[in-house]
Amino acid sequence: MTVGVFLCLHRRTFGQKEISMSRTLPICCWLVAIAATLSAQPALEKQLQTQLILAADGDTIALPAGNIILSNTLSLDAKKDITIRGAGQDKTTLSFKNQQQGAEGIKVTNAQNIVLEHFTIEDSKGDLIKTQAVNGLVFRDITARWNGKPKKTNGAYALYPVQCQNVRIERCTAIGASDAGIYVGQSDSVWVTRCYAKNNVAGIEIENTTNAWVYENIAAYNTGGVLVFDLPDLPKKRGGHVKVWKNKIIQNNHKNFAPKGNIVGQVPPGTGVMILATNDVEVHDNFIMDNKTASTAIVSYFITELPIKDKEYNPYPSNIHIHDNVYSEGKRTPTRKNKMGTLFWLKFGRRVPHIIYDGIQNPGWLAADGSLQPGYRICIRNNENGTFANIRAHKIGLFKSDISRDSKPYDCELNSLSDKH
Amino acid sequence: MNLIRCQTNTKTFLAILTATFVLSALRWEGNGFPAKMKLSEYPFFTGALAALSPAPNVFPYEVNAPLFSDYAEKARFIYLPEGTAMNYRDSAAFDFPVGAVIIKNFYYPHDFSKPEKGRRILETRLLVKEEKDWKALEYVWNTEQTDALLEVTGATFPVSWLDANGKKQSIQYVAPNLNQCKGCHSYDGQFVPLGITARQLNRVEGAENQLLAWQKAGKLSLPDHFNPNAAPRLTDYRLKPQTTNNNQQSAARAYLDANCGHCHNPHGPASTSGMFLDIFENNPERLGVNKPPVAAGRGSGKARFGIVPGKPAESILVYRMESNDPGIRMPELGRQLAHKEGLELVKAWIKEMK
Repeated sequence: MTVGVFLCLHRRTFGQKEISMSRTLPICCWLVAIAATLSAQPALEKQLQTQLILAADGDTIALPAGNIILSNTLSLDAKKDITIRGAGQDKTTLSFKNQQQGAEGIKVTNAQNIVLEHFTIEDSKGDLIKTQAVNGLVFRDITARWNGKPKKTNGAYALYPVQCQNVRIERCTAIGASDAGIYVGQSDSVWVTRCYAKNNVAGIEIENTTNAWVYENIAAYNTGGVLVFDLPDLPKKRGGHVKVWKNKIIQNNHKNFAPKGNIVGQVPPGTGVMILATNDVEVHDNFIMDNKTASTAIVSYFITELPIKDKEYNPYPSNIHIHDNVYSEGKRTPTRKNKMGTLFWLKFGRRVPHIIYDGIQNPGWLAADGSLQPGYRICIRNNENGTFANIRAHKIGLFKSDISRDSKPYDCELNSLSDKH
Repeated sequence: MNLIRCQTNTKTFLAILTATFVLSALRWEGNGFPAKMKLSEYPFFTGALAALSPAPNVFPYEVNAPLFSDYAEKARFIYLPEGTAMNYRDSAAFDFPVGAVIIKNFYYPHDFSKPEKGRRILETRLLVKEEKDWKALEYVWNTEQTDALLEVTGATFPVSWLDANGKKQSIQYVAPNLNQCKGCHSYDGQFVPLGITARQLNRVEGAENQLLAWQKAGKLSLPDHFNPNAAPRLTDYRLKPQTTNNNQQSAARAYLDANCGHCHNPHGPASTSGMFLDIFENNPERLGVNKPPVAAGRGSGKARFGIVPGKPAESILVYRMESNDPGIRMPELGRQLAHKEGLELVKAWIKEMK
């Protein structure tokens, strides 16, 4: 655009004769017009948003190839059976680098059977793709990323379904989120598979979500690889029934760049899998390598040291089954950039165990001998290099500890989670 | 030159084609109130359109606690089909007859200290009551102020005015697209009006209570023995001074109800946050008192809790109200500027909170 205008002005200023003006003017206008179509973003943005608003149920909306610069959220509301399809992750890029309006890149609400596929979306001010109250949702072959060095000014979530049902996230890539790359919140029946999450604070996070199946993904170079959390004060009170298997959870040692105040800001760099205050979680046959602080942590909400005022909230993990995973050999040095990590470093040095349990238990769940009753047990068995410690976090301090490395109380098996809850 | 003419013709042709398509896509079921391309095609105003003089069956209304939208002023009207009336409800929006239209015009006086110097009307938002649901329509005014055109995707354009202190203010004004309308006007995913509630409309306008006046005119059916003093009423937070604590509390809660509560309630789009700011919320934790954020991302700034009693500067609520960054600011939609007066009110309320 600028080039075209410059040429026109140039000709106008330096054109020697009147006659040349009349010949050059239309050409100049064409140049401007062509330049305008090359960066014809406002028109294309308007066209795409119009298509989304006026879409009839069953429509497919094609995102053209090219680098599409957008200034505002693209939103879809109250539609059925809509597909939004790019020309391919390497061909169609929606860029929100210059976003002026709206927190999200794409927002889908109150809808049914929505498919988003084959494009790259990047650099929104808030979340990249947020979907709320959608039943039947597919994210397929999408790259969602913030470019440049991971930083706290990046948006919170790359792919963010919340209050959704029947969600499939497959073959997606999520990079650079200042909270979680793939974040599924307050949802039910969720499949996350063959995705790649890197350079996020949390790679994949399943929060207050029931029936989630996380398998064959790669979570690498995040602060924490895979997090399964139940948090208080939310409309959907309980998550759980989450299976995490055959994932590669590697070198999640990235500096934690979450803004202060975020719960994931407490995740220590070097966390592979963290299970926080949720129930019925099975983690098996994963390859959990070179996460320097806590390859697998099973913790209560008390570890956050945040107040709990939600009376219906259960802060303890229960019915957790960790088996047949492969952990890395050798020494690892926990982070000292985090309170938990520093404690581990003080207590374990460079031999921090792979599987760490905070040992804070609900007294109401204990049998006479002090062990957890069936239905609430933590079972850990048959993990390669699966060293263990119960850190009894309620008794741990700088100069005191009551750490137990005895894994016998946890050597048990639970029924494998079935697909139906 | 021919090329230019050819371009213009194509452009006009495309515009007509789009308009036809838009109108057919927006033709809603059943009730005989088709969308028009121009605001002037509706029977809402008489005389010059920009004068906004209501036609028969159209009457103005005022609210107790307005939504802040970058200091734009609003001229609000209701259109009721001949012989129909609204039904009173205590807490939800009034019940409307099919075909009713809520009309909200947004404008800036050229000079806030001299309103007689005229105004620029920017947009007119219509909410149309259909058989089952409400539909939104967005009209953007031309610079000549002769008419407004249907814009399903809204519009962004520069606006400036002189504020009450004579200072020039300029912003990129954003008229919302139709989906963004529902970003706020949503209850369990259904489109609803926001301002047409007892608590907003229960106020004296001129010499008489609005609700009683409408009842007399046959436009509103009220319950028997209706007593406006016993009915819900939000404090008009614009009235000063807010001297007593009690007064300050009710003004701040009214402000939050009108500006945040439409999303931040258990049935609104922000139900995901677990932070509820509507007037009905009495649980401090759910109001955000010492409540950690859920999915605020960088919206939390350096603060740890939604509201920290006595410490507005450490409260996420204040941080997000102060910010102009699209990824941080609250409300998400409808403002580019921070609302200085609203912020003062909310800060004072948090400061006094124990």
